[in-house]
Amino acid sequence: MTTAIRTDDLHVYFDKNHALKGVSMDIEMNRVTAVIGPSGCGKSTFIRCINRMNDLIPGCMVKGKVMVDGEDINDDEIDVVNVRRRIGMVFQKPNPFPKSIYENVAYGPRLHGVAEMADGRLRRRKHTKKDLDEIVEHSLKRAALWDEVKDRLDKSGTSLSGGQQQRLCIARTLAVNPEIILFDEPCSALDPIATAKIEDLLVDLKKDYTVVIVTHSMQQAARISDRTAFFYLGDLVEMGDTKQIFERPQKELTEQYITGRMG
Amino acid sequence: MTPRTTFNHEMEELSKEITEMANASRTAFERSVQMITDMDFSLREEVRALDKLVYQLNEQIDRHCLDIIALHSPVAGDLRLISACLKMVEDLNRFGRYATDIAELIDDFEEGKAFKRFESLRTMSCLVVGIVDDAVYSFLQRDAEKASHLHERDDAVDALYDSIFREILTYMMEDPRKITIGIDLILVARYMERVADHACNIGEYVYYMVTGERLDPKLRTGSVEQPPCRIFEHPDPRSELDLK
Repeated sequence: MTTAIRTDDLHVYFDKNHALKGVSMDIEMNRVTAVIGPSGCGKSTFIRCINRMNDLIPGCMVKGKVMVDGEDINDDEIDVVNVRRRIGMVFQKPNPFPKSIYENVAYGPRLHGVAEMADGRLRRRKHTKKDLDEIVEHSLKRAALWDEVKDRLDKSGTSLSGGQQQRLCIARTLAVNPEIILFDEPCSALDPIATAKIEDLLVDLKKDYTVVIVTHSMQQAARISDRTAFFYLGDLVEMGDTKQIFERPQKELTEQYITGRMG
Repeated sequence: MTPRTTFNHEMEELSKEITEMANASRTAFERSVQMITDMDFSLREEVRALDKLVYQLNEQIDRHCLDIIALHSPVAGDLRLISACLKMVEDLNRFGRYATDIAELIDDFEEGKAFKRFESLRTMSCLVVGIVDDAVYSFLQRDAEKASHLHERDDAVDALYDSIFREILTYMMEDPRKITIGIDLILVARYMERVADHACNIGEYVYYMVTGERLDPKLRTGSVEQPPCRIFEHPDPRSELDLK
């Protein structure tokens, strides 16, 4: 199995708070990796390191490496905007732009443009309307939302239900053609039916993308992930195949957490 | 407050039910063999009553396990414990069934008096009850080490069964009038041997429950050469039912 993301001795400090304490982990390509652990264990901090979202937090310092495709994304030479295009993120609360459904999905591609070779140089040009129509349709289909919204693409994204808004956010992420998608508790604000649709979608997405999901629901991690990582107080306690973690964890701390006796 | 108080309470109740069932099935089996070896037929009713209790507990524990799975979604060690309980009750239930089979096998033992007292049956009974006790004890104490050694003692039971079989066969050949009682006694020994096998099954569940690892199958086969397994082809259900 190919490694999509490799972290090496990753530390994160928020001023004096040592939030992540030397996490070394391999995340495999085209698989769903779940990150579980009690509140404050560093799981969200960890995935926010993967697309440099922690840069936006004042007082945050990141040490260690996050290797994607052989490049350390924390390197000064790296274009952060491009990192966040390649590594998309979907958040806990659906946050569509106050624009139409179409514009929500087209926004990213329009901003990034199309990369193409011209005169031996890589250039970016604007998308044509036809390009954008195709991207919007493909992304909405991939996010299993197309059939529900195809007749009202000009309606506001905020008019959709919570579950539909979350799938719209996933479509928006897919529209810029990422390699990795990070989900930070994507279902915690959704009802069981909407949650089931998102879960099915995540499992389907792994065919084309590497998926990392932070979740408070251990049952969700068990249902959809191939690999599970358990964090506690900033340490990666145990990582393994999901079946192994939930049937016979190797560490006592993991056992206590997943059986609900701690945390 | 300790997390998952209700769940912990349910698990404690389940352990109590298993203990009660284990005690009932073990006693039923012991009494049934005692009935034969001591020729005390007054024990028959007690065996029947215990078997009835064992059956009721089997149903109760089965329901309780499914309720816990449905309502509490157990994982890891808890899940392995529930899985072990679900399987164990089937084996404990077999103890009760064999006890009843033994108790009902021989209606009139007068003819058997012509046999010498069956010390070997009594010895076998002690061995088997010892294995059953240790299997149940290994569950209650979460003792994987004890559970992993039950198969070794089962070999002794198997050897004793072969010896009893030959001994009774000799008596039957000497006096054909004793064939009926002889066959009954061979069946008693056979049931005892099966009970020991079921106790060893419990040891395997306990070993997995405690360690998360399956017991090495080589330990199960002992030194006896096993014939190669016949492999059955799984039929394509659609071809059977002519489904497209």
